[in-house]
Amino acid sequence: MDIYLPIAAISLDVVVLLALGGSVGFLSGIFGVGGGFLLTPLLIFIGVPHAVAVASSANQLVGASVSGVIAHWRRGNVDFQMGIVLLVGGILGSGFGVWLFALLRQVGQIDLAISLCYVVLLGTLGALMLVESVRTLLRQRRPGGSRRKLHQHYWLHGLPLKMRFRRSKLYISALLPLGLGFAVGVLSAIMGIGGGFIMVPAMIYMLGMPTSVVPGTSLFQIIFVAANVTVLQSVGNGTVDAVLALVLLLGGVIGAQLGSRFGAKLRGEQLRLLLALMVLAVAAKLAVDMTVRPDDLFTVLTEGD
Amino acid sequence: MARLAFFLLVLLAPLRASWAADPLVADLTSHLIGITTGFTGTSMVLFGATDGPGDIVVSVRGPERDLVVRRKSRIAGVWANTSQATFPNTPSFYSLAATRPLDQIASPSVRALHQLGLDNMRIAVKDKLPPEEAAEFRAALIRTQQRDGLFGRDPGKVNFLGERLFRTTIGFPSNVPTGTYLVEVYLIRDGNVVSGQTIPLDVSQVGVAAEVYEFATQQALLYGIIAVIAAAMAGWLASLPFRRV
Repeated sequence: MDIYLPIAAISLDVVVLLALGGSVGFLSGIFGVGGGFLLTPLLIFIGVPHAVAVASSANQLVGASVSGVIAHWRRGNVDFQMGIVLLVGGILGSGFGVWLFALLRQVGQIDLAISLCYVVLLGTLGALMLVESVRTLLRQRRPGGSRRKLHQHYWLHGLPLKMRFRRSKLYISALLPLGLGFAVGVLSAIMGIGGGFIMVPAMIYMLGMPTSVVPGTSLFQIIFVAANVTVLQSVGNGTVDAVLALVLLLGGVIGAQLGSRFGAKLRGEQLRLLLALMVLAVAAKLAVDMTVRPDDLFTVLTEGD
Repeated sequence: MARLAFFLLVLLAPLRASWAADPLVADLTSHLIGITTGFTGTSMVLFGATDGPGDIVVSVRGPERDLVVRRKSRIAGVWANTSQATFPNTPSFYSLAATRPLDQIASPSVRALHQLGLDNMRIAVKDKLPPEEAAEFRAALIRTQQRDGLFGRDPGKVNFLGERLFRTTIGFPSNVPTGTYLVEVYLIRDGNVVSGQTIPLDVSQVGVAAEVYEFATQQALLYGIIAVIAAAMAGWLASLPFRRV
């Protein structure tokens, strides 16, 4: 059954869209990443115009994240205090990111810049996470191994403006989550995503938050970043296809609920290992796409798109 | 209504021919293609009558757009857009139908004059480029549009029912651009265009799709906010059945 999408101006199979939303939602529920970095390329792959795919994914992310946060919140796995500090940084960062995006676009080659961003970032993150989680798994196998500390302390935790985050059992400088939020905000504006896949590992490794509260807190923060992007895209480019977003959501929210349940059964280390493998797979795919000769060297677009 | 028009035309055709006022009369079954949420492409019948034997050529042109063609090449192992060409005022849709292959109907000069066929269509580069490069970009444009179903690959068939009545079916894919289309009908005898007629055709969004589109373009801020709220509501609603725990 096909449905006509008013903004994208094409017809697509509803079943395909539902399945797409469902599987991305499932992953986002497990890991607490919004799934934008998977959804956007997949939408482009099935024929949705670039700009519409980016903007509508953001719209879809709002709903998927709300649904995900509710599921995590019921288990008490959201650190709202941390979320708000991250968010303040995120909004400042995305403002700066939008400005940077416009600048890059003027210079040209924004597409390439985005792809490079993805490959470098995902590749580095994925590799680091893979090494770390494999090491942890190996250490646990060895009998009598010393227990890890709750989290490690290093110079980053010595910054001023200390704040106590009860839910995360942390006493760290507020500048840390603020800076993290800002950096992710910049990247998410440029790459057109929620940024969960950067946020989640950074919360675990940089802030030292307990793995259990990370997905919920990350999703909480993504709701507002994605909402901000949706409104900005609508006003600036008119590329938000609400019909597309709602169809994707229908599949996505159900997937997210199932995913967060499934994720609760997995151990932290396994969760990290899976996420690392997934991030690496996306990076590898993008890297291959950039270097393999395209089927057609030419692309056609309507001026102004 | 459309059928009635067709029968009237059939009845009146000999009369009109004898008046010898119009050697060619043609019309579409409808002058509007409405794109609804269930739109998956459509086809439309064009019918008409002539005052005697001859060949019919029908061309359909979509609204003109400025199309940009980009070319990738390899830089340090990575494929990136390196050059581009702009084709101003290029039809966003083009299809052709004729009673016989075009080269049997009209000479190259006549085809060029009336821009019949993709080879003769005025698709020109705005940028100053060497001729070979411009031709390459032009070929790429046509190839891509054909792949997307927006430029017809082979001419369709115009069928004569008897000596004077003709009809043809024009197909439109689901990604058909919106705007005003011009359907041009030519009557060609002994290699010369004897008569021609232009019929406008409107392609626009109707129903829910149109309302969403209209709202999104005219009230962008409000639309964005509503889209966010709708998504948040949907997310909350969908989590309700899972509440137990």
